[in-house]
Amino acid sequence: MKEDKMRYLPLTPEDRQSMLATIGAQTVDDLFVDVPEEARLTGPVQGLPMHAGEMAVEAHMKALAKKNHAAGDMPFFLGAGAYRHHVPASVDHIIQRGEFLTAYTPYQPEIAQGTLQTLFEFQTQVARLFGVDVANASMYDGSTACWEAITMARRITKRSKALLSSGLHPHYVSVAKTMAKFTKDTLVYDAPQLDAATDGQRLLDQIDSDTSCIVVQYPDILGRIDNMAALAEKAKAHKALLIAVVTEPVALGAIMSPGEMGADIVVGEGQSLGVGLQFGGPYVGLFGCKEKYVRQMPGRLCGETVDAEGKRGFVLTLSTREQHIRREKATSNICTNSGLCALAFTAHMTLLGEKGLRQLATLNHKKAVQAAGRLSAISGVKLLNDSFFNEFTLVLDKDARPIVRALADQRILAGVSLGRLYPEEESLAHGLIVAVTETVSDEDVEALAVALEGALA
Amino acid sequence: MSRYFTDEHEWVEVEGDTATVGITDYAQEQLGDIVFVEVPEVGTELEQGDDAAVVESVKAASDVYAAVSGEVIEVNEALEDEPGLVNSSAEEDGWFFRLTLSDKEELEELMDEKAYKAFVDGL
Amino acid sequence: MNMLSEGRPTKQEENLTMPTQDAITTHTGNRALMVDEPLIFETGSPDRSGVDLPDAPEVESRLGGLDRKAPIGVPGLSEAEMVRHYTRLSRQNYAIDVGLFPLGSCTMKHNPRLNEKMARLKGFADIHPMQPMESVQGALELIHELAEWLKLLTGMPAVAMSPKAGAHGELCGILAIRSALEARGDAREVILVPESAHGTNPATAAFAGYKVEDIPANSNGRVDLEALKARLGPDVAGVMITNPNTCGLFEPDMKAISDAVHAAGGLVYCDGANFNAIVGKVRPGDLGVDAMHINLHKTFSTPHGGGGPGSGPVVFSEALAPFAPLPIVEKMDNGHFHLIEEETAEEHHSSSFGRMVAFHGQMGMFTRALTYMLSHGADGLKQVSEDAVLNANYILRSLDDILEAPFGKSGPCMHEALFSDKGFTNGLGTLDLAKGMIDEGYHPMTMYFPLVVHGAMLVEPTETESKAAIDQFVGAFRSVAERAKAGDELLKSAPHFAPRHRLDETQAARKPALVWTEPEDFAEAAE
Repeated sequence: MKEDKMRYLPLTPEDRQSMLATIGAQTVDDLFVDVPEEARLTGPVQGLPMHAGEMAVEAHMKALAKKNHAAGDMPFFLGAGAYRHHVPASVDHIIQRGEFLTAYTPYQPEIAQGTLQTLFEFQTQVARLFGVDVANASMYDGSTACWEAITMARRITKRSKALLSSGLHPHYVSVAKTMAKFTKDTLVYDAPQLDAATDGQRLLDQIDSDTSCIVVQYPDILGRIDNMAALAEKAKAHKALLIAVVTEPVALGAIMSPGEMGADIVVGEGQSLGVGLQFGGPYVGLFGCKEKYVRQMPGRLCGETVDAEGKRGFVLTLSTREQHIRREKATSNICTNSGLCALAFTAHMTLLGEKGLRQLATLNHKKAVQAAGRLSAISGVKLLNDSFFNEFTLVLDKDARPIVRALADQRILAGVSLGRLYPEEESLAHGLIVAVTETVSDEDVEALAVALEGALA
Repeated sequence: MSRYFTDEHEWVEVEGDTATVGITDYAQEQLGDIVFVEVPEVGTELEQGDDAAVVESVKAASDVYAAVSGEVIEVNEALEDEPGLVNSSAEEDGWFFRLTLSDKEELEELMDEKAYKAFVDGL
Repeated sequence: MNMLSEGRPTKQEENLTMPTQDAITTHTGNRALMVDEPLIFETGSPDRSGVDLPDAPEVESRLGGLDRKAPIGVPGLSEAEMVRHYTRLSRQNYAIDVGLFPLGSCTMKHNPRLNEKMARLKGFADIHPMQPMESVQGALELIHELAEWLKLLTGMPAVAMSPKAGAHGELCGILAIRSALEARGDAREVILVPESAHGTNPATAAFAGYKVEDIPANSNGRVDLEALKARLGPDVAGVMITNPNTCGLFEPDMKAISDAVHAAGGLVYCDGANFNAIVGKVRPGDLGVDAMHINLHKTFSTPHGGGGPGSGPVVFSEALAPFAPLPIVEKMDNGHFHLIEEETAEEHHSSSFGRMVAFHGQMGMFTRALTYMLSHGADGLKQVSEDAVLNANYILRSLDDILEAPFGKSGPCMHEALFSDKGFTNGLGTLDLAKGMIDEGYHPMTMYFPLVVHGAMLVEPTETESKAAIDQFVGAFRSVAERAKAGDELLKSAPHFAPRHRLDETQAARKPALVWTEPEDFAEAAE
């Protein structure tokens, strides 16, 4: 290997020789003596290329990137748990500052106040958005946050039966089912029906004294918005907890928070603000709850305190809940969370402020209302929803999934078909979930309408 | 009224059928600043050796085992607001819970104050 | 001549006495570049915003009567204020970009900026996880390509890409082990974990419903093979072993451990947190491992971001491959890439234990990690582990005359050097040395871990430090260690030059203040 081409490795051959001399070793292989000789490779791993310069690597990556249809290059209407919003340029600038980007978890608070203060601000913003007392410093994503909330409810109620709304994202349901197989939790769940009403009444009827929690998505997977106050009340009467799941936090700039309706734990996917689509990750799980449950929360918490001079400062706190101290008795095994995405979320939220958030939410909603009007006017298309925020379900008079594929070939990304989300449920095959954010133009809606007309004709 | 100690650094004060339980001054000294105490719920039936309470410092969480069996009849609610009582008054105001003894013979296995002191000196 | 004497003085007054820092106060309390920054809740306002949005169309709203009427309470800033807020805060952080970051077991190596640039290509950053597969062929191909790299580098036949971080990868591995055992009707209930393990290991095993028991270590800081063999039996589902271990040492008996566990019907999980020591040099697949997670945010240089996001793909042996979680990217005979989800899992992946996350994993981290791998190549990655191990041993031998190195006598270390605070006087310990290092301009090493060493200090320099940088670090470490051994009282109140002195963690935990609340006089002042 030519040393001068390894741009990330600063040691020179002379350095290496002099360091080996200090160590008292002849060759670097002497340092690997504990590895049995038969397990030591003599040369580079077979089957992989050798090192490459920036230009070559960039060319390789760009060639891969070009094989994808980027959302910004065509009319785009996908949602179902991941939303395309405009991320202001300053947000990306902030998260690329090396002091944030290349910092570690703030274990030494004296030299990590930047990360810690932003986490404290993040926690406060999330708690206020959700209408709950406290929030943590982030989880991996919405789906894992949802499962953690279910396990938290089990610890608090000492019961293991969770009622899942049929409006919960099917992937979130899948994640919970995967885990429940091993933890022996009981999950009560049915796939949704193409109905303007949610299954709130069914859930209400199912709450009993064995119920640990009721998990409700708001707005739900079909875009419907339902008041959960009655569920909260009945849950309370049976000492069960109401868990609300928010996959589109921008909605909470327009509609009442779950906390205001009595939810005990509110979790969500924070990707909408600051993070971007990124083909599904990294995203940022949001996790808030009532204060009385704080010691059962998973994940990191940042708290305010003072330093030896009495100056305000921030530290990670209540760490005895966590794996590095409590080990097998920890509330969760989570360690690394989603810090930089939380920074992107909080920076975007700070740039919006309450006024901006409400404007953004209103803009999303009204554009969606307008688009729903245009699309449901097409022959062979019905709007399912009575209520919705920026996402609604259309019922086509044909299978939606092949239409979505056909439209993608015409460079229109039409939405998420229920056939993709619920391949087992034939009764849902005609459903198409369409999301309309501020990034969608009138021309985009018209292009989709025309294409749909063509496909359904 | 008599006071017993365990090798897990708990003290048990017995009066009639009632026992008051806490951790020793030596234990609080070892643990450092106590930031939270999780006491059992009133009505809990504890078997000797069960996890009865958790005492937390900033960097550690320690289980407190039931030194004797019985039903919890009262917990020290002052600890909720002022966990530091365990530091300032471990063997008086910083008590954890009271229980009704279900097997007084268990007390015979415990140490008296003198024996505990000798035990600690040997650590 | 033209005697122009106006303008700034260029000559410093002679014989100035420089006052001590403490003697000077400033109006703001700030000290030049060291500037305190208030919270957004104290400076921002709900009416202020740094975004311009077009007017919404005038249509009836359809929110089902659930309009949010009460104030939300999130303040805004203009863009100028927002950029300044976060920039000022960023300057209170230590980071790899600022200096050597010797945090043991965290592999804080340089984060190449090409990675960031590639992750932001619109073809990766601006695609939706549920787009039709034909519209994301390049993304699926990238995941497949990265998977191939990971399989070859580890010598393992399969890999699960979706786990979101190291601990999530551990969970993935343990769930696969449990699924495999249950599939053969062999319910076992115990996972063995060395005392020196990361806390995530026992927490993960418990999360998956297992009982956890300790494996003792021998006097050389390695797993006690005989004690392990004695404990193995029909109730043991498997072991979780970190290799190289948390003392920074390779487990020379790894193959024997794997063989013994397999002979007893169990499976072997390897915590790959320390893969940087052996990447490109040793393949875990040659050591009998059944599952191992790889922290892309350690070994493959994706940034830590102040606590994530990470990414924790898990490689599997033949025994566990059928149980890998969904989704799985597969290359079809026609050269196209397909995402196997619940719908299509039946045929070849019917034993999969299911889905762990909503979508397909940490794509943004995959992009960065593959960029890093392509940059290094197989030859460069071998150099990575060699240089990482060389740097750590150089530190070990440069400091073991002044600091106790608990296992230093037994031979070389791998990518991290372990010391203890033995010999410090005047009540000083590892924490004080750590805080002293902050004043020297360094992030401290990992402290009080692993728990098997009293006052442990775990130093991991990584391969991206130059000899000059390491020499300076060693000099600083030696100096602070000498002060600690001499009982220097000033170390007890260190750091003295950081944005904050030591923080009161007891108060933070006793009276948790986890969100900002308006102080009473704040509301009045605002009126």
